[in-house]
Amino acid sequence: MSKTVKLKKGFDINLAGKAEKKIADNPPSETFAIKPTDFIGMKRPKLFVAEGDNVKAGTPVLYDKMQENAMICSPVSGEIVEVKRGAKRKILEVKILADKEIEYEQFPTFSVSDINGLSREDAQAQMLKGGVWPNIIQRPYGVVANENDTPKAIFISAFDSHPLAADFAFMLKGQDEAFKIGVEILKKFTDGKVHLNHNANAEVSTVFSGLEGIENNKFNGPHPAGNVGVQIHHVDPIGKGQIIWTVNPYGVAQIGKLFLEGKYDASKLVAVAGSEVSAPQYYKTYTGSGVAKLVEGNLKSDHVRYISGNVLTGERIANDGYVGFYDNLLSVIPEGDQPEFLGWIKPQKERLSFHRAWGLFSFLNGKNKEYALDSNTNGEPRAFVQTGEFEKVTPMDIYPTYLLKAIMSEDFDNMEALGIYEVIEEDLALCEFIDVSKHEIQSVVREGLELMQNG
Amino acid sequence: MKFLHDLLDKQRPLFEKGGKFEKFYVLWEANETFLFKPALTAGDKGVQVRDAIDLKRMMMTVVIAMIPCLIWGIFNVGYQHYVATGEITEGGFAAFFNLDNLLFGARWVLPIVLASYVAGGLVEVTIGIIRKHPINEGFLVTGMLIPLIVPPTIPLWQVALATVFGVLVGKEIFGGTGMNILNVAMTARAFLYFAYPTDISGEVWTQLADKAPVDGYSGATALAIANDTSISGAGTVVDGLSQANSMLIAPFGGDFFSFQNMLIGGIPGSIGETSTLMALVGALILIATGVGSWKIIVSVFAGAFAMGTIFNLAGANEFMLVPAHYHFVFGGLAFGAVFMATDPVSASQTEIGKWIYGALIGMLTVLIRVVNPAYPEGIMLAVLFMNVFAPLIDFYVVQANKKRRLARATV
Repeated sequence: MSKTVKLKKGFDINLAGKAEKKIADNPPSETFAIKPTDFIGMKRPKLFVAEGDNVKAGTPVLYDKMQENAMICSPVSGEIVEVKRGAKRKILEVKILADKEIEYEQFPTFSVSDINGLSREDAQAQMLKGGVWPNIIQRPYGVVANENDTPKAIFISAFDSHPLAADFAFMLKGQDEAFKIGVEILKKFTDGKVHLNHNANAEVSTVFSGLEGIENNKFNGPHPAGNVGVQIHHVDPIGKGQIIWTVNPYGVAQIGKLFLEGKYDASKLVAVAGSEVSAPQYYKTYTGSGVAKLVEGNLKSDHVRYISGNVLTGERIANDGYVGFYDNLLSVIPEGDQPEFLGWIKPQKERLSFHRAWGLFSFLNGKNKEYALDSNTNGEPRAFVQTGEFEKVTPMDIYPTYLLKAIMSEDFDNMEALGIYEVIEEDLALCEFIDVSKHEIQSVVREGLELMQNG
Repeated sequence: MKFLHDLLDKQRPLFEKGGKFEKFYVLWEANETFLFKPALTAGDKGVQVRDAIDLKRMMMTVVIAMIPCLIWGIFNVGYQHYVATGEITEGGFAAFFNLDNLLFGARWVLPIVLASYVAGGLVEVTIGIIRKHPINEGFLVTGMLIPLIVPPTIPLWQVALATVFGVLVGKEIFGGTGMNILNVAMTARAFLYFAYPTDISGEVWTQLADKAPVDGYSGATALAIANDTSISGAGTVVDGLSQANSMLIAPFGGDFFSFQNMLIGGIPGSIGETSTLMALVGALILIATGVGSWKIIVSVFAGAFAMGTIFNLAGANEFMLVPAHYHFVFGGLAFGAVFMATDPVSASQTEIGKWIYGALIGMLTVLIRVVNPAYPEGIMLAVLFMNVFAPLIDFYVVQANKKRRLARATV
């Protein structure tokens, strides 16, 4: 039974510098990196390769000791040039210098009609080996799915409502077949349904239409309407002991291509966007692309912050850093490390606020005004004071403040009772944005999830 | 303004760890963050941009919302003095908003404001230094609330003492701003009421400054008059009110204790609470800015009206028969509803809870007024009482949420 869900709560952060739907003709980055830290829940990454080794696209580079079958594969062919390690020899980045022509590891290919006859076990084996398994994220906890589980449903959000988010329909243009096969493969893993969730306010792209045997749900409302966690909450909420898998549309198409073309195809379009980008647009590159080439000659200033992903849930990366495994957006915003005289009380229209307290006049600008926000926190951390605000940006039947307090006090029973299984960081990211007391809410949520998972 | 920031920054090493004044870092930090929005940037993970709101700005919004009450209070202290001593014989705009009233009012009100800010500020700084936490901007609000809820005749040392008590016992022993169970300003006032009852009840509401009032003057508040009328059985409360101080001029027309004059606020009382109208202006600011919960404000008034109506129906004595809407303009209900009940820390924190919390405050206030003749004003005790019960209300609201979730669990 497909559903249309209207969400009223939430908040759209309308940032300047949205990526234009065209593809830049820059040459792709020369180096790419795999960052074990991108894979949440990865405990003990083990390397298959050493510096100087040659790899093909699809050659396993590392795996997690706790989940030995799921390979993390090289996105490109080339040479391993550096294994960057941090404190306690923790692996931070495995850098690969790409060949001019990408060579691929070959996996078995299937025709569309073969796919039906393929068993779950065979599909699973190929996905684990072919590097596409980490696209499958398990709820609760938001970690890479365990191949031994059978989820009660699989959710795909066909749109991203985060600020400056890349448009999946544009990214996957012409990949209808791959997406379709990806969905067919995913169907094998659940006895329940595969849900594909659309933005009710936009036309459904051909990539996401005409799929059979799945549920098409529509979501209407401000961000976080595109968050798969919010969608699950309204369509098929997770209770204790239940498991749901989520995959983003890029991941679905990548799974499809592994079976259709027999290769781990890590090529992707990455949106480079934000107020500091001169010509925000899409770049054709591969997973784990180096930042330098993406922004070369395309910046308005050099005092900027690079963010792999969006400004709500992303991670700051260095100017010689790499875009993360799951990200298809590089946000570039001004660094906000300047003090502002009486900035705490000065009337402002240019700094976006969800609130309307004294002097915060951004609400007068209307919804179409685009903001160039910097990374300043606009205040210092304080104890929780204001109440009732988090609920306004959380379109779920959850009390965020109570949940956060339960996590902070490591109260397992209450965390569970208050709905920790239904959220991951991104679902409460807006709370962190609007928080008067400037808490690091997303990291609190992750702490809670880790406590629940590992005790 | 860069030179100012450079100057501040130059002093930084003195106050940082290992510096000469390391202990006073919080003081330096308070100064710096007061002058400048700090250059703090978002962390590596999590949100990379933050909302423009800041706790200081939120607190200042409440202070700004109180300014109409404060300004009215200053003029009114002057007006009450001159009208009680017979120097004002006709009303009107010019009779109220004039320099004499302003100067007289300022002479008595500003020292009280100062005493509250200085005493409370010292406690905040001391605790900040001892416990090494930043100075809480919550005090911006408390420091202004306390002067507005005391009579203009209060000795300054009592203001200081009550503020210290309120901040220490009401807030700091629980862990500071955000952790307190009771409203700090109400705690301070309750302390005054129980420790020095003679200075905060009876005929203390007009600052006569040693001058003799006109013949037949009564310094009692409308609530006290209502109660006396009810006990003596001499007609209705509304009649009793219209006879009291009938020789005095209400600044904007009507009898001295007419509904109209009580609504506008030309009556004796605590400095900031006499004018229901100004409290409503404050309410508008708080609601428009979203800083105060409109649900609490509306439900306090609704609760008071409902309770007033119930008493009308019971009608056992004249006080019970007071028209329900009179309860809005008596005493401090409006001020308390707008500025005390909405304190987000001590109020209910769930949205459903806020309705219940507010309504019970309104009902309790009227209940205390009408049924407990020993202390006719009820809003203070009602707010404190409901502060204590707010977590219980929230508990049941949250419990219902948990039950909904449990109902879908399979294990």
